Amino acid sequence: MAGQESVYRAVNSKRPVNLDLSTIQFPLPALTSIVHRITGVILFIGLIFGFWALDASLSSPEGFAAVKDALAGNFLAKLIAWGLLSALAYHFVAGIKHLLMDVDIGVTLEGGIKKAQITVVASAVLIILAGVWVW
Amino acid sequence: MVTNITNLGRSGLSDWLLQRASAIVLALYSLFLVGYLLLNPGLDYATWSGLFAQTWMRIFSLLAFVSLAAHAWVGLWTVTTDYLKPTGIRVATQFIIILAIFVFLVWGIQVLWGA
Repeated sequence: MAGQESVYRAVNSKRPVNLDLSTIQFPLPALTSIVHRITGVILFIGLIFGFWALDASLSSPEGFAAVKDALAGNFLAKLIAWGLLSALAYHFVAGIKHLLMDVDIGVTLEGGIKKAQITVVASAVLIILAGVWVW
Repeated sequence: MVTNITNLGRSGLSDWLLQRASAIVLALYSLFLVGYLLLNPGLDYATWSGLFAQTWMRIFSLLAFVSLAAHAWVGLWTVTTDYLKPTGIRVATQFIIILAIFVFLVWGIQVLWGA
């Protein structure tokens, strides 16, 4: 395949390649993309808490009270709830950005930077609101 | 065409579509749950378990859990294939992820129908 050949050529060429990520300055769209991945991983791990809370809250009135009390008075539980809501808020907003790109909205350099900025601001607002809700 | 035996749809385009469809289901489910909890601040057990006793809520929840399984696999498959280069470590990590997804799915079904 021609595509594969060109990849081999690029890989084997003598041109300088900089793959030391710590020396590369990431533009904002790259950072928002990486955070989208990180929040995805966090949410997956956080499912343990989510399913535990759902299971306990639906199992019995006592279980429901235990979840409610934890979210009302336990600092660690509040912190986890806020953390997971924050990750969800960010992942949600960045996901909407992806869907917009899929339908060809703002797929330019300027549009990409603007959408990354909107992602940061919108998710920051949601994260603050989530904090207000939890506390 | 790049073929791979560990991605969900066996084709990038299929994975791409699955990721979008499952994302929309998960977005709607998240919005519903957050909205429901915001609108019912003094929620009690009877109301909460009554919601999950409804057939439509169980269907919606199961749809969300199945979407979650697909979404998590496509996403974590992408992340693991991008960053975990040694085959042994990558495959072992992917095995643990698949196991975790299976546990979450069975757990979710049990929560919905077990009580």
